[in-house]
Amino acid sequence: MTPDPPQNGTAAVVAFTNVKIGFEEGDVLRGVSFEVLPRETLVLLGETGTGKTLTLKLAAGLLRPTQGRVEVLGQEISSMRERELLTYRRQVGFVFQEGALFDSMTVAENVAYRLREDRLEEDEIESRVQESLRFVELEHTGDMLPSELSGGMRRRVSIARTLATRPPIVLYDSPTAGLDPVTAQTIITLILQLRDVFGVTAVMATHRLQDGFGLARFRFDAESKRVVRLEPNDAKASSRGESDEPITRFMVYRDGRVYFEGTPEELAESKDPYLQKFLV
Amino acid sequence: MGEVLTDAFKQLLANIQDYSVMSGRALANLATGPRYFQDILDQMDDIGVGSLPIVLMAGFFIGAVMVLQTGSQFTRFGQTALTGDVVAIALVRELGPTLTGILVAGRSASGIASELGSMLVTEQVDAMRAMGTDPSRKLVTPRVLAGILMLPLLTALNDFIGLLGGCVASVFSLRLNAVEFWTRAINALDFADIMQGMMKPIVYGFILATVGCYKGLTVRGGTQGVGRATTQAVVVASVMIIGADLFLTKLALYLGDKIF
Repeated sequence: MTPDPPQNGTAAVVAFTNVKIGFEEGDVLRGVSFEVLPRETLVLLGETGTGKTLTLKLAAGLLRPTQGRVEVLGQEISSMRERELLTYRRQVGFVFQEGALFDSMTVAENVAYRLREDRLEEDEIESRVQESLRFVELEHTGDMLPSELSGGMRRRVSIARTLATRPPIVLYDSPTAGLDPVTAQTIITLILQLRDVFGVTAVMATHRLQDGFGLARFRFDAESKRVVRLEPNDAKASSRGESDEPITRFMVYRDGRVYFEGTPEELAESKDPYLQKFLV
Repeated sequence: MGEVLTDAFKQLLANIQDYSVMSGRALANLATGPRYFQDILDQMDDIGVGSLPIVLMAGFFIGAVMVLQTGSQFTRFGQTALTGDVVAIALVRELGPTLTGILVAGRSASGIASELGSMLVTEQVDAMRAMGTDPSRKLVTPRVLAGILMLPLLTALNDFIGLLGGCVASVFSLRLNAVEFWTRAINALDFADIMQGMMKPIVYGFILATVGCYKGLTVRGGTQGVGRATTQAVVVASVMIIGADLFLTKLALYLGDKIF
């Protein structure tokens, strides 16, 4: 199955063109192309070792492809120098699988990290940190160390740390892996909020199909501050890049290539035996 | 067999290249911003103040042992008064810097490797990069600078405490006069000795910090890898310090002859 090209001329926020990357053990990505349009969420599915995390790290400029082009926010990052990449990465949020909080810093210092690097005023930093921690409902943990938090709380702090800089694009690396279903749902709700309140474009690697469908079928209503089901009409009416409604697309990797790219409905209705494995 | 050796040699060369690039960048970072002054102070505190107790204790004992060992020989010739000369020269030129280097390598190179290694395996280094911070500037340069600045100071204190230990031993064991010991010890030293003794720890500080950082930032294999890197950091740094000592001593003796 080949990926659908965008239906219109909307500039992609993330664009991979024939990207390859490999290590001594062999190629992991063998020519991957896809695009993510503004406010879209791309859910990246695949078995372990198929290159989901690599894709996110390539998009963040943490790795360089051995071949192909990676463009994010209109900048070709695959050929950028490290110094330019440092500047570029400030515009991209990255939520790591285990949170990757700095364990020698308090929660508040973790959230304030990027803001201090940017030498903002302390008052401004304080208010942004409080706001971000309030967003993830952890404002009481500011003085705690990451080791004192549960796994779910660490992921939430990681989201708060990402949010503090208001990035237009966020890359989530298996944000619910290893969490119990209730905590996983809390994380997905936060991702919904980031998308629907702050208009974040996202790429999310995950093993859990229900996370992807959670993003595809629900939205966060800022007025009632509740998660509400998306009307089926919204999803159907909104073709890529034309609607204000959030769009979630799915992409499945197999053997280092894009095996499927499409809407949640297309994935759910697929009769392909390999895709069926994900739907069970 | 030949292929295995060739691969191992290539790997060694690649490691030396990576280590050199990392070390060069750590120094080049000093020329341009951003600089992390707080991290530099923290590392100076950790490497400098943190290592003080072991350096001072070891210095005292080694000074005292030197007196006992040399004193027993000098007694045979009735020349115990020379003990101060020998202890001063041996401590300031050789034992002070090298002992301090090895002691701090044991403490700080391992600490640096385990800290950075743990950060690497828990993706904190990637998180740092993802937030636009250069780990070379934030993690490596402050440690290297702290090593370079702190080792000479620790060595100077080690030398002094070593002489103090020597003095105590010579007063109680050889029945020497303390004033005589100090006078002879200080008069025995000339500028070339001090220069040699202060030049070496600068290099040792650089070696132990860069080896610790390199081993930490190249960890493979999770927490087990961190343990391995920690051990390797101490071993490699200690051997490199002793190896460097040979060349630095030859260089210092040559320069001492030419200049002073």
